Amino acid sequence: MALAKPTVEEIKTRAARYPSRQSAIIPALWAVQHEQGYVTKESMGEIAQILGLPPSLIEATASFYSMFLARPEGRHDVVICVNAPCMLRGADEMAAYLGQQLGVRDGETTKDGAITWHSTIECLGACGGAPMMQVDHHFEENLTPERIDSIIERLRTEPAPHGPKPEKAAAVARPRAKRTQN
Amino acid sequence: MGLKPVLTKDFHTENLEQLSVYERTGGYAGFKKALEMQPDELVELVKKSGLRGRGGAGFPTGNKWSFLPKGVYPRYLVCNADESEPGCFKDRYLIEKSPHQVLEGILIASYAIGCNLAFIYIRGEYLPQHEALESAIEEARQAGYLGKNVLGKGYEIDVILHRGAGAYICGEETALLTSLEGYRGEPRLKPPFPAIKGLYGKPTVVNNVETVANLPHIVINGADWFGAMGTPTGKGTRVWCMSGHVNRPGNYELENGTPIRELIEEHGGGVWKNRKLKAFQPGGASMMVLLPEHLDVGLDFDAIQKAGSLAGAGAMVVMDETTCMVDAARRYVKFFHHESCGKCTPCREGTFWMSNLFDRFEAGEAKATDVDLLLDIGYSIDGRSFCPLGDASTWFPRSVIKFFRDEFLEHVSEKGCPFKKMAQEAVA
Repeated sequence: MALAKPTVEEIKTRAARYPSRQSAIIPALWAVQHEQGYVTKESMGEIAQILGLPPSLIEATASFYSMFLARPEGRHDVVICVNAPCMLRGADEMAAYLGQQLGVRDGETTKDGAITWHSTIECLGACGGAPMMQVDHHFEENLTPERIDSIIERLRTEPAPHGPKPEKAAAVARPRAKRTQN
Repeated sequence: MGLKPVLTKDFHTENLEQLSVYERTGGYAGFKKALEMQPDELVELVKKSGLRGRGGAGFPTGNKWSFLPKGVYPRYLVCNADESEPGCFKDRYLIEKSPHQVLEGILIASYAIGCNLAFIYIRGEYLPQHEALESAIEEARQAGYLGKNVLGKGYEIDVILHRGAGAYICGEETALLTSLEGYRGEPRLKPPFPAIKGLYGKPTVVNNVETVANLPHIVINGADWFGAMGTPTGKGTRVWCMSGHVNRPGNYELENGTPIRELIEEHGGGVWKNRKLKAFQPGGASMMVLLPEHLDVGLDFDAIQKAGSLAGAGAMVVMDETTCMVDAARRYVKFFHHESCGKCTPCREGTFWMSNLFDRFEAGEAKATDVDLLLDIGYSIDGRSFCPLGDASTWFPRSVIKFFRDEFLEHVSEKGCPFKKMAQEAVA
């Protein structure tokens, strides 16, 4: 799928601001993910062309960072932190409840394609409001089973926060791309 | 001592994130005053104030600035907003509430070091905070605080907001610079330090969000005013992020030297559910655990170090008597394993094996001798890894073994986690 014109323009504009166009790799990957929901090898090839850099460089960078997705996911992204400060406030119980209510395992997408959820050991920066999760990068703090219920209910019908995610993403629940680096 | 809102003093003001409101609270007066000064005077002022970096290492900010070699241009300022230390959420708070305060600090620092292009490296997870900074930069540009000729004073400055994409290691300054250059975020060898050869091989200063947020206040009120707060070697205030088993978790800005007891018992409302304090951890995931006997230690870089831990990035994780210290350490070790960049063997392999051993303890599959095996792996990482991430991965677990070795042995003898069993029995 070729990149949309505004995405190409955005990448060019970003690249022009940096003293080195290589610095625009991460912004370019964000722009692509924003448009398409994930980053394919083909779009990395396009980024390479726009920036005049070897495709291997784009792939090397993209594979290091855990937030770039290699395949489509649900319309909404739900991440719940289970690191120690959150664990102390009951994050394990909330993560278990979330999984149970969604009916899919950690890292999977609900059958209706609405929500992909996973637990993370990476602190999300809201320990003061633990247990917490990020819903499409927005903080939901002081979670209770009731709050989780109402968030899920909202997400089931809400459209994706930006850019249409391909419909095929919705079809099946399957393990998500591994988020760890290396 | 006690609560001392300097950075947070106007945080109750509604719409403080808007330029006009920020200006009404005295915003950008510091930058205007700075532009009337010579850059060297500013460096001296910050040196004299005694401000130390708030990112974790506590290096004197003015000294860091003065390491830039004379006459080498361009030079860059990078504001480190890659806050990812588990337990820390102060930079997020400072950006959310007052993005202009952070930006004003960046402008002052840039002017002081003679830089015309500054960067803010913000972690990918902080999307709303990214948006807050983005609109602040735009507003400031419209108002003439950024541009080719700032406020008609002939100074040129632009700020680029750069979003990371999920890598704790990029909070380490050399890894941050590598990432900003578009590469995998792996740390670089020091020396050369960034001040000599940093971003794009040019002299670079990396300052934390909270550090730069102090600058407008120092410029306006002077070095003596700043120096009058805090302790002789820890001037000013710090925003402490308190989490875990307290009644009122959250951010508290306290004068340096305030006793830890006051933070936890008074501001945090004490340990929750009328339980007893078991341990607490200043500084974030990396830092060594402290015990109730350390409650009267002051919140200050040097005092906490003397007590056997480190103040780091200003987190305070409180643990009550029901906490499984083995599981707490297990989470942190897993975190470091997940975040190890893989560049050096001690960290990449060591965190993997520590993580495996901790899983065995928690699952009741460990042997008593595995405690010493953990220590052994810890010694093989600490001081032998390429950057502080590896070293720091061992500090908390080793301190837990030092103070709570019995808990590890109980996991062995009970063939599982005694605290989980207790919790289950309490429910049943």
